Amino acid sequence: MSKLDSLSRRRFLIGGGAALGGMMLPGCSRTPLPPTYGSILRVSDNLTYLAQRALLPGQSLSREYTLGDISSFPAIGAVTPGEPGARGYCEPYRDLQRRGFEGWRLSVDGAVDRPGSYSLADLKRLPARSQITRHTCEEGWTAIAEWTGVPLSRVLLAAGMRPSARCVCFHTYDSDLVDSIDMLDALHPQTLLAYGMNGRDLLIRHGAPLRLRVETQIGYKSRKYLRRIEVRDTFDDQGGKGFPAIGWAWYTGI
Amino acid sequence: MSPANSAPIPAKHSGWVRITHWIVTVSFLLLVFTGIEILMVHPRLYWGDVGNDLTPAWIELPISRNFRHGGWEGKEAFGGGANAPVTEARTFKTFNQNSWGRSLHFLAGWGLVAAGAVYFLAGFVSGHFRRDLLPRFEEMRSRALWADFVEGARRQLRVGKEGPDYGPLQKCVYLGVVFVGLPGEVLTGFAMSPAIAAAHPWLQTMWGGQQSARSVHFLLAVALVLFLAVHVYKVAKSGFRRSMRAMTLGGKGP
Repeated sequence: MSKLDSLSRRRFLIGGGAALGGMMLPGCSRTPLPPTYGSILRVSDNLTYLAQRALLPGQSLSREYTLGDISSFPAIGAVTPGEPGARGYCEPYRDLQRRGFEGWRLSVDGAVDRPGSYSLADLKRLPARSQITRHTCEEGWTAIAEWTGVPLSRVLLAAGMRPSARCVCFHTYDSDLVDSIDMLDALHPQTLLAYGMNGRDLLIRHGAPLRLRVETQIGYKSRKYLRRIEVRDTFDDQGGKGFPAIGWAWYTGI
Repeated sequence: MSPANSAPIPAKHSGWVRITHWIVTVSFLLLVFTGIEILMVHPRLYWGDVGNDLTPAWIELPISRNFRHGGWEGKEAFGGGANAPVTEARTFKTFNQNSWGRSLHFLAGWGLVAAGAVYFLAGFVSGHFRRDLLPRFEEMRSRALWADFVEGARRQLRVGKEGPDYGPLQKCVYLGVVFVGLPGEVLTGFAMSPAIAAAHPWLQTMWGGQQSARSVHFLLAVALVLFLAVHVYKVAKSGFRRSMRAMTLGGKGP
């Protein structure tokens, strides 16, 4: 390991530790609570979030299964964002899809020392992780698949996440909606930027070329069709582009 | 009380019983309402860890347009073999009101858990459970139970002396609701949560998996709704106004 690597790793550990510390102490008012938009439902969501963060041990791993447990897997929401007229249609995505996603890059910016962008090959050069986990959809169904990708924490490490970071936002091709997760979930070992599913490249309907996997929350937090990751010091609903603004819970540990 | 009035006097309830009774009632009704909405989004139930539209269900409920909808396309198999897991993309526009449905379900869940915790604590400390709900040994003989059952169809709620004076079957049913039904709903609810299951996997495995917990959650809810129907019927039969007065203002009624 080069000196630069070990330095940035130390910085990362310090940054990650400080970010987690901020999470653990809601009294310090640095917890990035999402806005409630005057709805008692969002107040209740926040109560659930604080209760789960206070009562559950830090970063427990979700159960991992064996190859034989892999199940059929419905694809819902946007499934063909490269097709005009389809849900989530996006012209830049269509162009990328036509080129077999050549030229696709993931931007990483915000509260990082080295903002930049990563090609799929760049991401595949980072240490990979495969996990066979269960997807729990808010609709009520579940499915098991093997996901292969790079832990989000590795990418944040490479980008030099700052200690002030409190929240990681995800911009996607299929929607204007900008979702985010807190640092506890962002640095969770099973939180992946996945490019593979069940031993092959991610299918378009499942979010190709890159999707998020957040195994400790409900399925809709695992955004598909990623294009940009933004690290932020505070919770930001991106001008009403987050889940709370459209009436859905931001935290879905339950 | 006028001597002409020979109707049975409803039980006298302490203040904490009355308050928690109504918080639990409101919470329960909201949980049933939103629970039906959530089930309507995916009206299929399964056993084990996995269940979705592409796997077999043990029951399918015709309670929304999502029932057996045929909107799937682009079937693709993961791996070879006739039984290989598949993926299909959904084209059907489903019914889904889970944005407020789920959050209201959990808000009501907070009400149930908070009031339930107070009720449990007070029930043990005050001796209410031991004194009023635990059947006496002689009450549990088969002959006494049979007599209570035969009489129960006609008989109204018993005359209260200083506290509630329940029949043995009534005690058993209340104990079932208090110690099995409602706690079972909370535990199966927790078991379905990805964050709680990651931290405490036994909560999920004790039911046989995530979807088994969901099925038990549903079956217990059906049992509790049946209880509610019989309960309201019994209350109405034994003098609705008196019983309501006893459970709201307290005292023995006029």
